[in-house]
Amino acid sequence: MGLASTDVGTATEVITNRDAVRRLLQRVGLGPRLGELDAATSHGFDVTVDALTQPATSADAGVAATPVPDFGAPTPRLTKTANVEARQAQRREQAAQTRQLQVWWLDRMVAVDAPFPERMTWFWHGHFATSVAKVRRADLMAGQNATQRRLGRGDFRALAHAMIVDPAMLVWLDGGGNRLGRPNENLAREFMELFTLGVGNYSETDVRQAARALTGWQVDYRTDTAVFTPRAHDAGPETMLGAPADYDAPTFVDRVLSQPAAPRYLAQRIWTRYVADNPPDPATLDQLVTAYGPGHDITALLTAAVRTPAFRDPASVLVKEPVLWLVAALRALRLRASKLPQAVLAATLTGLAQVPFAPPNVGGWPAGPHWLTTAAALIRLQVATRLTTFGDISPVTDAAPADRVDATAALLGLPTLTDRTRGALHTLTDQPAQLVALALASPENTVSA
Amino acid sequence: MVSSLTRRRFLTYSGGAAAIAAAAATASVGWATLVSRARTDALPVGAGVVVMVTLYGGNDGLNTVVPVGAPAYHDARPELAYTEEEVHPLADGLGLNPAMTGLKALWDQGHLAIVRGVSYPQPDHSHFRSMDIWQTASPAHPLPTGWLGRWLDATGHDPLRAVSLEPVLPPMLAGATTAGAALPLHGLALPTGPLASAFEALGQPSAGEPPPQAVAAQAITNLHRTARLLGPALTHSPNPTGGGSLAAQLAVVARCVEMAAPTQAYSVSLGGFDTHTAQRSTQQRLLTAVDQAITEFLSRMAATARGRNVVVVVYSEFGRRVAANTNQGTDHGTAGPVFVAGAPVRGGFVGAQPSLTDLDNGDLKPTTDFRDIYATLIADVLRTDPEPILGPGRSTLPLVAA
Repeated sequence: MGLASTDVGTATEVITNRDAVRRLLQRVGLGPRLGELDAATSHGFDVTVDALTQPATSADAGVAATPVPDFGAPTPRLTKTANVEARQAQRREQAAQTRQLQVWWLDRMVAVDAPFPERMTWFWHGHFATSVAKVRRADLMAGQNATQRRLGRGDFRALAHAMIVDPAMLVWLDGGGNRLGRPNENLAREFMELFTLGVGNYSETDVRQAARALTGWQVDYRTDTAVFTPRAHDAGPETMLGAPADYDAPTFVDRVLSQPAAPRYLAQRIWTRYVADNPPDPATLDQLVTAYGPGHDITALLTAAVRTPAFRDPASVLVKEPVLWLVAALRALRLRASKLPQAVLAATLTGLAQVPFAPPNVGGWPAGPHWLTTAAALIRLQVATRLTTFGDISPVTDAAPADRVDATAALLGLPTLTDRTRGALHTLTDQPAQLVALALASPENTVSA
Repeated sequence: MVSSLTRRRFLTYSGGAAAIAAAAATASVGWATLVSRARTDALPVGAGVVVMVTLYGGNDGLNTVVPVGAPAYHDARPELAYTEEEVHPLADGLGLNPAMTGLKALWDQGHLAIVRGVSYPQPDHSHFRSMDIWQTASPAHPLPTGWLGRWLDATGHDPLRAVSLEPVLPPMLAGATTAGAALPLHGLALPTGPLASAFEALGQPSAGEPPPQAVAAQAITNLHRTARLLGPALTHSPNPTGGGSLAAQLAVVARCVEMAAPTQAYSVSLGGFDTHTAQRSTQQRLLTAVDQAITEFLSRMAATARGRNVVVVVYSEFGRRVAANTNQGTDHGTAGPVFVAGAPVRGGFVGAQPSLTDLDNGDLKPTTDFRDIYATLIADVLRTDPEPILGPGRSTLPLVAA
């Protein structure tokens, strides 16, 4: 398959079954825990795909152990006359709740037995990238996160309908308060450019018409819900992407998703995060679109992507996003993020330049070699040293010194090590904590090879 | 919406990931190399230096260089408009944003040129696409290389001659065969004991490992070279008095220039200009940071011979819509002003002020192509032929004193 010889997907060389299963556990999952790579390898690739993407519906002990934080009733909005002390107190409370939310999500990702729902929620957080830096309310961020978890593996249409009127999104992209008259274009533009169609698949007129269609929504801070006010809504008609109608938010979303560009755009976004930096060849892209189908099936699309030959191409190496690197390490070391000193965790996320609920902009975090900076190399080692101080490295400590490098590789699910890395690790076999830290910071563990 | 909390905006602004991938492998050359090169290969005293200041998010040009004398300005954005009394008067019925007291002084001294109505044919309203166009200097079709990256390619393939002060390289500095270097802002504390040598060993190249893994190893080697030779110097930068992260970046640029680093182009940035809502306070806070950082930097530069060859250029991916929206903000627009400042600069206005009544679907019609500014910088500051870098048909502008 494949039309161009340079495209990923045409390679005749493939990685081993064990390496392909490792990619699944790292990319579709959140990293293997001790023994999971061996077990999944013996079950085989196809069984592992199904086990990951269609987890048993019985209760996940990790979910039960990490209940969503309860922030209580929505914090009342301060009036314009509130004094400086009241504003500072509210800011402190919001910052504390945001930290609580961040730690909770990391704990959830570490604790779950079935990682795919959390992995997809992380994908959607980067896709519909919304930052608490502007939203300022942890409860709204938690609400968006719950919606992405609930709808993130099924029908993309349902997810898109929820996101266009999601309260955090309305604050983030100025959709709340967008009303008849001179509409605010922010949400309309980014929804088409970044969430559904991609640049070049809509016109400036479409942006302006879409902004009119999206008028009338507002966040009610007493209930933390989005409310629609008919008299603030522009009744239309608008001509959107070539079709005239009296659009509102739901019909706008449906019009956008009916475009041929929509499934292709989403397929490419999924591909970049789960399969390879290079885009899929046209035939592969067609396959993905077919799998996604009229039901906008997110899991079918993802499953089709990992079953392509490109997923087994040796060149399809991805750089781990910092949070996914951290979560995989925490899972391997059986260490909850909440067990780390708060200052250590905060410095970790800031240093790694990926703070959950605070993406840099609506485009989300980058993918690929952007993460491989000089400073990041040092921060990974510093973080790893902390993690092995607090985490469980007994499988390495309990091994005889001569076996400790292999025990470390098994603990972390590492691929075949280069002689360089194996040699460096061997110098630390009498220092198990440093040995595991160095392995975590190694080039082999920085990427999903 | 663009958050002001990060300086990593160019990462996701870059459509062309391939160029960045190439760039990442050669970035982070580090202070060590820069300093040793400065000793052995000092920049000649007369060589020009360009400092590009990128304002991410789309700075509202009409509230930066304000047409206070035009009734259409006040009609289009009654709640956002500045009055004649609020702005610093320039000429032609225009005034500078109240925050820009330092730049007003530079204007009065004749060291600030303001290029008006700058954009390109058929302006794009996407942050990401438009920033790519500005950084690659290619409006018609996407290019994998940036304009200063092509300058590196064309003039000797030396990554140290173009330096970014951000954690990763902006597309602007990515060439086809050479990418500019990225310097860290803060100090680097390496581990000690047995871990130290083991960690350093991880930086050795290993034949046959996949490219991203090789880049990860290379970063470890670069880290050690950087930290060993110049780690302490990074933490000893004099604290700038204001301007936040932009001031910190410019403080490092100042030290590079003063120590005669062989660098002729620098890239620094500030984000947060995407003011769809409650624009006035946000923009004024950001422009205060810009004004303080640049003013402090240029006054420091005026003290040395090499510093007096530095030209600072301030631009954003687009200006904003003439009319305000219902949220006391403005949506994405087209043309905006570009500031060019420094001792070599010929002060005054360049290019026509766009009409406020003859609009293109609510947007300003551009009067100046940004590539002519680049052509001028390449020809008159970097003293190279602009045509191989920017293509034919460019003209230079009267920005630099003869």
